[in-house]
Amino acid sequence: MMPVAANTLTTLAADLLSGRIRVVDLTQTLAPEFPQIVLPPEFGQCLPFRIEEISRYDERGPAWYWNNFSCGEHTGTHFDAPIHWVSGRDLPNNATDSLPVQQLIGAACVIDCSAEALANPDFLLTVDHLQRWEAVHGRIPPRAWVLMRTDWSKRTDPVAYQNFDEAGQHTPGPATDAVKFLVDERDVAGFGSEAIGTDAGQAYHLKPPYPCHYYMHGAGRYGLQCLTNLDLLPPTGAVIFCAPLKIKNGSGSPIRALALVPALA
Amino acid sequence: MIPPLIGPRRKNPIARTRQPLLPPGARSRAALGLTAAAALGRFELQVCGACGAVQYPPREVCHRCLSGPLRWREQSGAGDLIAETTVHHSNDLYFRERVPWRLGLVRLDVGPTAVVHLHGGCAPAPSRVRIGARLDKSGQGVLLAFPIEEVPNMADDPQLREMTCDPKFRKILVTDGKTAVGQAIVRAIIGAGADLVWVGHAEPWKKFPGLTDIEALPQVSLVPLDLTDSGSVKEIAAEIGGKVDILINTAEAHRTHGIASRSGVEAARSEMDVNYFGLLRLAQEIGPAMRSRGADGQSSATAWVNLLSIYALSNFPPHGTFSASKAAALSLSQCLRAEMRAAGVRVINVFPGPIDDEWNQMLPPPKLTPDALAKAVVIALKDGLEDVYPGEVAQEWLARWLENPKVLERELSI
Repeated sequence: MMPVAANTLTTLAADLLSGRIRVVDLTQTLAPEFPQIVLPPEFGQCLPFRIEEISRYDERGPAWYWNNFSCGEHTGTHFDAPIHWVSGRDLPNNATDSLPVQQLIGAACVIDCSAEALANPDFLLTVDHLQRWEAVHGRIPPRAWVLMRTDWSKRTDPVAYQNFDEAGQHTPGPATDAVKFLVDERDVAGFGSEAIGTDAGQAYHLKPPYPCHYYMHGAGRYGLQCLTNLDLLPPTGAVIFCAPLKIKNGSGSPIRALALVPALA
Repeated sequence: MIPPLIGPRRKNPIARTRQPLLPPGARSRAALGLTAAAALGRFELQVCGACGAVQYPPREVCHRCLSGPLRWREQSGAGDLIAETTVHHSNDLYFRERVPWRLGLVRLDVGPTAVVHLHGGCAPAPSRVRIGARLDKSGQGVLLAFPIEEVPNMADDPQLREMTCDPKFRKILVTDGKTAVGQAIVRAIIGAGADLVWVGHAEPWKKFPGLTDIEALPQVSLVPLDLTDSGSVKEIAAEIGGKVDILINTAEAHRTHGIASRSGVEAARSEMDVNYFGLLRLAQEIGPAMRSRGADGQSSATAWVNLLSIYALSNFPPHGTFSASKAAALSLSQCLRAEMRAAGVRVINVFPGPIDDEWNQMLPPPKLTPDALAKAVVIALKDGLEDVYPGEVAQEWLARWLENPKVLERELSI
């Protein structure tokens, strides 16, 4: 007789084959025109995605086509490891090569903030909002991934996606109390966002600055940024895969984020 | 009388584009002194250090006392036009396509008599003229006699226009319009009569002052262009490369670090990526299209301008990695110049001293204003120069560098 878990996997494979479980791509295409995070110019900068042809069936290599690409660890749809932030720098297993892979596949709770983000680009997700979500969909389980759906990824124009004005960037993110609640009271695996950072565009002005980075990584939790297609996920019931590249002592990496969702009947 | 240049008729898109031809370009080593001076916009002749004789054409020794040393010295060019002719037939392929062509014999006040190209505004011989040196399409120094007094439409003379890169009626790509320098250049070339100006802008989500005003100018089209992205450069080359008459590369990355003041290579890499590899990407993608249009009628492809820095000559340690990237760009621009010469397209290098901008905040004046730099670029185009050192700092550094590069290196390393 097969162990229960093996049964689960056999069923999973069959459901994937039949289409009863769909795979949703949560990843933005890595392309030079996709915007990268902007810091004050005197700081070091995250490289945007760049690609150079090595050869294309030509004198540089007659029968093959391939490219060299370059980017930062935090370019495109990407994963933040705890070592990324100063608050997580001394934790054990805090880098892309050492973090426990068991946590890179897990349940997703999708908080729909699309209406709020549409009305207010500086929208901050609060504990109150999370508790109202739980009242409808149930308690966020331990080690779940909490994904903030804002439909920000639908802003395909990079100018609208970055949304800068004289005061800086205006993108939605979590409030400080919401981050502390998710870490301390719900023990989440990580927080995911559709905007360019897990923190809001104006999070420099929160206490502490960039609370999602500060508390999530300080507690050994992870971040996902520049996700897309969150509107195709159910509020609960999806499982996501978000493994970073195994970069030695890496602070993060571009990922191919995928979600398994039950097919609609 | 010089008839005013009229805007060229729109080109028939299915007409053959004629191949560029060059006037005879062979010169002796001694004669290249004339070219070197003309590249800076100066008319210089050899002067004998022993007897003081001024001579032309250039030779290895003094024609009068057979000794030396011979030194190149700037000349006023004043002289008498003693004879002239208009050539209506030539077996040389370049001149064959450009006749009639006016030539004259000028006796310079300093002694020598020279056969020169004759500007259409010069009164018939005998008359007073002023000789200037210009670079021809081969990039070689030649002599051209101008009228003493300014005449109407002076710059529109077809013979002169063959030797210059006047922005009038030209279609111009300015690679970065987000900086004050880029914007000043856009305004200056429009003031000089540019027909159409494409203005590149990278990272459209970053707001920069002034770009909206530039975009509102009727001659301007903003185009996305990021020199760090090969795909972006390829795209712009595909879209407009075949129309660009003048390219002005204003894109620049500038950080203010030496080696010890910044750990890691990323800041330096970003400078190299724009200042060196950006130029390489542009040259690979847009260079070929411009080379194919070196003789495309009245408004052919004519010039490529690089915004370098006086720091390209000798490293300024407080901006050490920037200096190194500009030195690399200077070296590459010499390769580009050699490759563009076959099409008669001039490569103009501009070597400003510190510009009055954000990244030179900590440097004391004098600092070059963007408007002064833009003015120097327009003059360089109008005069067909190759090397321009605008501003007091650049002029002083150049003089010190020419005198003794090692001394300048030591002076800068305090």
